Amino acid sequence: MRNFLKNKMAVVSAGFIIMILTFALLAPFIARQDPSAIDTNLVLSAPSAAHVFGTDTLGRDVFSRIVYGSRISLSISFIAVGISVFVGLFFGSIAGYYGGGIDSVIMRFVDIMLCFPTFFLILAVIAVLEPSIFNIMVVIGLTSWMGVARLVRAEILTLKERDFVAASRVMGASDTWIIVRHLIPNAIGPVFVSATLGIGGAILTESALSFLGIGVQPPTPSWGNILMDGKSTLGVAWWLTIFPGLFILFTVLSYNLLSEGLRDMLEPRLEDK
Amino acid sequence: MLRYIAKRSIGLIPVFFGITLISFFVIHLAPGKPTDIQTSLNPKVSYEARARLEKLYGLDKPVYVQYFSWLKRIVIFDFGRSYVDDRLVSEKIAERIPITLLINILSMMLILGIGIPLGILSAVRRGSLLDKSTTVLTFIGFSIPEFWVALLLMSLFSITLGWLPISGIKSLDFEYYSLGAKILDVAKHLILPVAIAAFGSLAGISRYMRTAMVGVIHQDYIRTARAKGLTESQVIYKHALKNAILPVITILGLSVPGLIGGSVIFESIFAIPGMGRLFYESVMARDYSTIMGILTIGAFLTLLGNLLADIAYSYADPRIRATEGE
Repeated sequence: MRNFLKNKMAVVSAGFIIMILTFALLAPFIARQDPSAIDTNLVLSAPSAAHVFGTDTLGRDVFSRIVYGSRISLSISFIAVGISVFVGLFFGSIAGYYGGGIDSVIMRFVDIMLCFPTFFLILAVIAVLEPSIFNIMVVIGLTSWMGVARLVRAEILTLKERDFVAASRVMGASDTWIIVRHLIPNAIGPVFVSATLGIGGAILTESALSFLGIGVQPPTPSWGNILMDGKSTLGVAWWLTIFPGLFILFTVLSYNLLSEGLRDMLEPRLEDK
Repeated sequence: MLRYIAKRSIGLIPVFFGITLISFFVIHLAPGKPTDIQTSLNPKVSYEARARLEKLYGLDKPVYVQYFSWLKRIVIFDFGRSYVDDRLVSEKIAERIPITLLINILSMMLILGIGIPLGILSAVRRGSLLDKSTTVLTFIGFSIPEFWVALLLMSLFSITLGWLPISGIKSLDFEYYSLGAKILDVAKHLILPVAIAAFGSLAGISRYMRTAMVGVIHQDYIRTARAKGLTESQVIYKHALKNAILPVITILGLSVPGLIGGSVIFESIFAIPGMGRLFYESVMARDYSTIMGILTIGAFLTLLGNLLADIAYSYADPRIRATEGE
């Protein structure tokens, strides 16, 4: 923990993440205006005391939309990462523990998945199904588990040779018990680091999808689809482009720096002097 | 060397089958049949006509038969006809792919030309201002939404300053330009897209290059090289770089799918008539045969990128050739 607190960047990032989480959880108290209230008299008004971040093409308050959008963007990325960690743990631990044929089949599958331009795959699935929030979560999750699987497999390959695993087996523990109670808890550290990194990635993917109009559908606000408005008013309403973009940048940056901090805390490597 | 290349290529065949299987599966997630658009919505189409249409497209056969007949056509790049305008999918892709490849190759050159020297310099001058600013830039590069940078640069250079064209790949009066002016015109249109496509990976590559270089620089053989009196640039570029570049080559190979996938984003923003934009249009129009075609071509290009990375790797590291080439 001391290691972590010494890392100022990581602490600042954690602070920012907590702020965004508060935004998401307490959205109705933080954003005073209704994010979907249309005001035709105030279309595209610049930031002012009443509308801190200005208003969009329908006169809706941009700050409120960003605050409510954080709910959507964060929940999509959390659940997507949850899915990818679960799938990655499942395949990675099976491949690492059993080895042999199962291992090579699973790892081949991982190689194949890594060969797909992920963004193409996601778009194709969205084209086939509807671009609902649920589908987006699932698709991002199911196309990003490969890194976790490789990580878990590598960890378990070394862990399973340790004495405590042999001891547990001697005492009659089943394979499932060994994997779930002994191996995964010991391998979870690096997974945690990569999951934190993954949240940043998922936020970026979601925003790119919504920006292209194939992600979260209006009127539901998400950081990406606010930027879609920004594109059509480029050069006219800078606030529609600047603010949501900054929110995405700082949030993703915070998760990336936090991940770096966590890694230093969990595996204090040699400082490169 | 040739043997090694042949061996790697053969190893990619099962991966290619896996890719086609996944593409096929994804499209079959779709509810209903592709012919529904032509039949269900049209009350005049009789049951017999519908059945005839399904037979024509082979939809009455079991799924695995459909897969193999599709696969047979895929290997000769026959993706069927577009559901939208009835043109050959392979033709549609062929006319869109050169510009996408051009942008991707140019940005790959930019990534290599800037990312690798930047990584080496920050490793050699660790702790310097250059190193610190590169680190900051790397983190921002990892975290910034590509399309947002595109919007910002577009608004700065094309709208506020008016230096660069906003979108497309040629000006309206392109036909009347002289050859020199034509090249200049296309180059001006390509500056922003290429820069944006390179931006994200640039940060990553310089970071990996730095890490690999830092790891190598402390090893004994580098000390030996210095001890025998080689100049610093000989030590760094001849001895250290050859070993440090290996992991970077792997990462470069892995970044190909990201580049190809990213083409959807910057081609849509800059209205570039490339494969990415075609994919986006097909997704919007639910043009399944084109989607499948591009999905397969995209994966195929990625495989090609990986193969090139493998070859470059074995070129840089003779041990690989020696052990795997037999």
